[in-house]
This record gives sequence, structure tokens and C-alpha cells, in this order.
Amino acid sequence: MSTAAAHASLRLQLSGITKRYPGVVANRQVALAVQAGQIHAVLGENGAGKSTLMKIIYGAVKPDEGQIVYNGQPVQIRNPQQARALGISMVFQHFSLFDSLTVAENVWIGLDKSLTLAVVTQRIRDKAQQYGLDIDPERPVHSLSVGEMQRVEIIRALLGEPQLLILDEPTSVLTPQAVEKLFEVLRQLAAQGCSILYISHKLHEIRALCTACTVLRGGEVTGTCDPREESNASLSRLMIGAEPPALQHKPPHTGAVQLDVSGLSLARQDPFGVDLDDIALQVRAGEVVGIAGVSGNGQRELLYALSGEDLRSPGGSIRLGEQDATRLDPARRRTLGLHFVPEERLGRGAVPAMGLDHNLLLTRHESLGPLGWIRTGVLAAQARGIIARLHVKAADEHAAARSLSGGNLQKFIVGREIDAGPKLLIVSQPTWGVDVGAAAQIRAEILALRDAGCAVLVVSEELEELFELSDRLHVMAKGRLSPSLPMAEATTERIGAWMSGLWHEAVQGHLHELEAGHAAA
Amino acid sequence: MLRLELRPQPSRAWRLASPLLALALTVLLGVILFVALGKDPLRGLQMFFWEPVKSGYALGELMVKATPLLIIALGLAVCFRSNVWNIGAEGQFVIGAVCAGGVALLADKTTGPWIIPALLIAGVLGGMVWAGITALLRDRFNANEILVSLMLVYVAIQLLNFMVHGPWKDPGGYNFPQTKNFEAVTQIPRLMSGSRLNIGLILALLGAGVLWVFLFRLRAGFALQVGGLAPAAARYAGFSSRKALWTALLVSGGAAGLAGALEVAGPIGQLTPYVPAGYGFAAIIVAFVGRLHPVGMVFSAILMSMFYIGGELAQSRLGLPKSITGVFQGLLLFTLLTCDTLINYRLKLGGKR
Repeated sequence: MSTAAAHASLRLQLSGITKRYPGVVANRQVALAVQAGQIHAVLGENGAGKSTLMKIIYGAVKPDEGQIVYNGQPVQIRNPQQARALGISMVFQHFSLFDSLTVAENVWIGLDKSLTLAVVTQRIRDKAQQYGLDIDPERPVHSLSVGEMQRVEIIRALLGEPQLLILDEPTSVLTPQAVEKLFEVLRQLAAQGCSILYISHKLHEIRALCTACTVLRGGEVTGTCDPREESNASLSRLMIGAEPPALQHKPPHTGAVQLDVSGLSLARQDPFGVDLDDIALQVRAGEVVGIAGVSGNGQRELLYALSGEDLRSPGGSIRLGEQDATRLDPARRRTLGLHFVPEERLGRGAVPAMGLDHNLLLTRHESLGPLGWIRTGVLAAQARGIIARLHVKAADEHAAARSLSGGNLQKFIVGREIDAGPKLLIVSQPTWGVDVGAAAQIRAEILALRDAGCAVLVVSEELEELFELSDRLHVMAKGRLSPSLPMAEATTERIGAWMSGLWHEAVQGHLHELEAGHAAA
Repeated sequence: MLRLELRPQPSRAWRLASPLLALALTVLLGVILFVALGKDPLRGLQMFFWEPVKSGYALGELMVKATPLLIIALGLAVCFRSNVWNIGAEGQFVIGAVCAGGVALLADKTTGPWIIPALLIAGVLGGMVWAGITALLRDRFNANEILVSLMLVYVAIQLLNFMVHGPWKDPGGYNFPQTKNFEAVTQIPRLMSGSRLNIGLILALLGAGVLWVFLFRLRAGFALQVGGLAPAAARYAGFSSRKALWTALLVSGGAAGLAGALEVAGPIGQLTPYVPAGYGFAAIIVAFVGRLHPVGMVFSAILMSMFYIGGELAQSRLGLPKSITGVFQGLLLFTLLTCDTLINYRLKLGGKR
């Protein structure tokens, strides 16, 4: 019968999956059906329950209710070992690789001890060749780029000959070219019958890659569709129940230079860090300057130097307005009007165990009286103001920072810094891991700040975001910063090439053209 | 196999009840211990929990012992909250006692009452200098403060021994290693006659109040705690970690030194090799059982003092060995750590590896 045939090709079927945590229902009556050889997207905002659902499939979390049918058999997946035995592999967003070991050693320690390192090395070579994943098993992991590390994780997953591969936000660390390469590999895998569950909130990727899509919102399935037949707008309606408001990007009114970086070279502090090489950069009042690039190319080190957390910069290399800031610590730079939103929210941008109100005191002093007396009433009111302005979801202003979801905490931190009325705002990964609605709000706040005359520097891995926000773009690669590029000349292809550090050719070419033009004239 | 799994949401009620649960478990284990030693458990518990509180005089003695514990623990709480692991409060206590003792020995029949503040300040400064050595080595050479402060305890004790065996030995003391009894004018003023209770208790309670304000109402205290809870956030905010290190060690050293001064010029009244009574180490337990909270530490200091007195009574009346005090203190700390662990994690049976 036809139903039997349909069942035979069903790789995974979930029905009525419910998982409750104290205070929240992460998944409610979730159903999901994945065909063999299908690339199936799981789309949803941050906190929609995607990760919990994947952990249930991977055996890392036990559902309270519901059934899992795998290859036609009802199964109970108790742990990841059992999931792998069933042919389910998962590539996590955060890699679990040891920096000091080689690629092969990293793969080997996760495997059955009966295999020798030589055998594993050979298998990695075979798999790499089969899928065109360029990787040298003998290289130490610390020498790999993030994209290469992801390849290692994928190969590790493929060595288990999976029938179902789960990928959690795999493209957040890749250049556009690397994303295209990854998609080819995934299509090849799917053609061989491997099912792929692709978790993402990037609509255009899902539309380009996936053949089916299950959308989650608030822990419940709000729809299934064929993403190839949908538009970004229709998908985001399913995902957040509304379309995000379009950003108003007015032409910039630039003023005085607020940040002037020149000749900033800095040796790495961390053995696996990046040396900064002669960075030059200017940000003027009233403009947003973006820095694109795959993370791990010196962005982290540059931001430490700009914020004042790393005070080794050569004298005069960082100027705030007219003043040399190289010897000023973060608090002193803040008094000059530099506010900074770091990439790490918990532990750097906020103290996890402290309430939101106390977290304000990291960068804000309005509630302090003489001798540093904390006026708790003023502090609480200030926190409530930011919570209300950014629509932060928190129990109250005393809620511990770690009790907030990543997106909500980011809104609070961005709000804290914007509310300070900075002259120069530096934001790293403004919407990383933040849901679509909150991301739109954060971007709108950044643009409003710019229109009010603040200089803004945004460092982000998401090109789309940079295109939306920036007036000019730089690209960072291997510790060097490209020349500034007006948005009119910034195309995905060009930025992608520059991400590999190939802007010298472009600049040289441009100069030649100019010279030729002058010669002709 | 047993596994520990992080609880997503530790219960707030249990977190607060944890010290009480730990105390109950300690009592239970104590009963088992008494039975195993062939003693009447009721008599044993009476020594620890009834005798120390049954009369005004007993309560006074309880407070006499709780005072140094509380003063040291208050300082240690500043350290531990800023992630500076000063394990050497005992040494700072001893140096405080030696310095205060040195000042007290200067007094003669004509000395005025100014000697009291002078010797207290000497004790505070001595403790600060001793803790300052640890801060300096940590700051300059990144030496581990746990090891340095701990080893300095033994140096401090040897210094005390040298003084009482050598320069400061009482010429009329039948060659006992001790100083002469201090002049009466150096005696820390007592709160009431008939009890050894002195103004140290007032200072300790005042200290608890000051610590509360410092930790929860002043930006300086906030900055220090950020350094302990999230060093990267402290760096981001621009709070100096060096300042935090020095503040924490100097405050706790000064507190331990003050406790040492109050002890030699109070209940002891001279310097002897028996000045180090383990208060500096017991105060670590006091600090943690009291949740590093000023009010919590007042209660835990009293509890720990009960163990000291109960242990002495158990020696004299039940013929139990001296180590019974240490056993009870240790039991309390271990049960507390166990309770805390099980409140933050759940125990799981089975599961491979």
C-alpha cells in the first residue's frame, strides 16, 4: 500500500513531543516528519524550542511525552551514544575540539579505542576526499580557521555513517563562499539518502538549501512548508507571527572624527590569538562603520585594544576625539564617551549571578551618591527604564542576568550602553543568537543613535546585518584591516574575497585604473 | 556508577535551608559517633548544644570565643567574595597578637588608657603587613596566594615562638616560654563584671554592619565582588584586579590582626605559644557556613564557638579526645558542602562512564 511505502521512506517521525522545564514549556505537542534523503529545515526564533527538540532527537534530553519513530520503529533514545548507534549524528554550533591536538587525534579520542590512529587518519582522508572537504588530518587544531574546524566536526559526524545528520546554525561562522561549499556537501549527502535536519534562523539559506521546513514558535509547530515556494516575508510571518519592520536608513550626516586608529599593531597575548597588523580606521559622528570578516581574524584582539581591556597599544595609535586614549582603562575611556557592547554577554558584558539592576553599575554611575553609595531606588528605576524601552523579558529588575535568554540579555546590555548617550558606540555581534524581532529592534536602536549624531562601529559576522546598518565597511582578515569600502561598492562577492585577505589585488587594480585614467587625461 | 547532573533551577528555599540541614546531619552523625565511642549520645549532645547556652556565664563564654571567629570571618568574606583565597588568617591573627603584645609590653604602672587603641592599631597593622606579603608576591610574581598565605602561618608561629622563647621571655617566669602578664591597663575593657566578654564583641557586630554596607551599598564593594564572580566583566567595566587583590588581603589581614590583638590583650593577657588556637582556620568554615553574608556569619560564628566549648567539655567530662572539636567542625563543613552540591546538582544512577 502507498501508506506503507510512505512509511518506509520516513526516516524520522516525532509526534506529540512535549518537554517542560520549570516555568516554561520548551516543546508542546511537536510533530516532525523527515523523509530519507531530505534536507529539512527547523526554523524558529531564539527560544522557540529548536535546540531542545534537537537534543531530544540526539538523546541528550528526555521528553516528558511523545513518541519517536525512527526508520519505522518506535524508539526511546536515552543518550547520545545510543543516538549515534542508531545512525544519528549532530554537529553543534560550538565546537568541542582540543586546540593542542591534531585533527586526527581529536577525532580519534571520540571513537572506539579498537581503531589505531593511523586507521582513523586514513578514514579522515577518505571521507575528506569523498566529499571534497579539504582538510589535513595531521594539522593541529589551533592552526585551523573556524571554517576548517567545522569541517573537522562534520567529518567526525560523517565517520559514523549517519542516516540522520543534525546541524545547529552551521553557517554562522562561515564566509559566503564557504557556505556555498558546505551546501554542496550537504546536497551530496542528501543525494546518497542521508537525511539532514538543518537548524537556522537565516531565511535565505533555508530557501536555497532545504526542501522541507518545520517552523516553531513558542515551543509549538506553527507550520510546515516547502521553503522553495515561500518568500522571506511569508517564512518570517510563520516564525514570528509578523514581519519585522523595515529599517529606515537615512543618508548619514557625518561630523567630527570620534575614533581615529592608526598604526595599531599588537602582538597576540593568547598563544592561539591573532597579531594585529597596522590597523587604520576612522569613525565619524553620525555614521555607522562596519567590520566584516570571519571571527578569529583579529576582531577580538582589536576590540580588546579599542575598549581598553588590553592596554598595550602603541602610544597615539588610538585617539578618541582629540585625545590619545592608548593608556586609558575602560572606565576612563567611558568618561570620554566610548561605550562598548562585547560579544560575550554572560561573564563579560554582564555578571551572570547578579541582578540586572546591579549589572548597570558595570558601566553606569548615575545612581551613585557621594563615596560611591548605591542609591538602590534610583538604580532600580534606571533598570526598569531600560527593560521597558527595549522590551526586555525579565521577571523584574532584580532578575539574575543568567536567568534571561541570550536575546533578552543582549537587548538589556545594548540598552544599557545606548541609554548612556555615548559619543562613540562599539558593538560586537549586535544580534548574534538574537531572535528576529529583537534583532530588528536592536538594529533600529543603533540607527537611531547614529541619526542622533553618535559614531558607531559594528563588528559582525553577518553580512546581511552589516549591509543593513553600515554606511561604510571594512573587512578584517588575518589580523589586518582592509581599506574602507563605501556601501555602493560592497557586494557579497567582493566582501567574500576580501574576507580571505585578498584586498591588495583589488586596491592595486583600482590604483592602476586611476593611473590609466590620469594618463589618458 | 553515580553521576552529578546540573539542576536547571536550584531551589531557593533549599539554598537557604542548606546550613540548617547540614547542622541537622552533623548532629545525626555526632550521635552515631558518640554511640560508636560507647558514650551516651544524649550526654554528648548536651555538651555541645545545651551546656554552652544554659547560663548567662556560659553564654558569655560562648561569645568570647565567637568574637574572634566572627571578626576573622568578616575579613575572609571580603576575600572569598572577590575570589582571593586567603587561607592564612591564622598567621595574620598570630602576627596581630605579637604586635599588640609588643605594644602591651611597653606599658608600665604609669601608662594611660591610650595603650588600648595603640595596641589594637598595632595588631591591625601587623595583620595587614602579614597579608600584604601575600598580596605583594601574588601581584609581583603571580605566586599562588593559597600556598603563600598558608605557609606564612607557620612562619608567623615560629616568629611568635622565637619572641616568647627569646627576647620577650618573662625573666620571672620559671623559664616558661611566655611573656610576663600584661599590665592591667592594657586589658581590653569588659562589658560587664563577672564575664570575660569585652568590647571586642561590639567591634565584631559593628564590623558585620560595616561589611553589609560595604558589600551591598558601596560601589567599591560591588566592584570587588564583580572581580570575584566574573573577572572578564570586571576587566570590561574597568575595575582594577590589582586593587581588588590588595583591598581584599589588607582588609582580611587587618581583621585577623585585630582579632589577635583583642585575644592577647583580652582573655589571654600575655603571649604564649598557645596563642594560635586555630581560630584563623575555623573562621574559614564560619565564613562559608554563614554564606559569606554578614548576618549569616554572626550565627555561624556562634555555632562554631559552641563546637569549641562543647569539645572542651566533652574532653573533661566525657573523656573524649581533643580532636572531637575538629571532627565536629569538619563534619559541619562536609555536610554543608554535600548539601550545597546536591542542591545545585542531582545525583543520577547509571549511565555509561
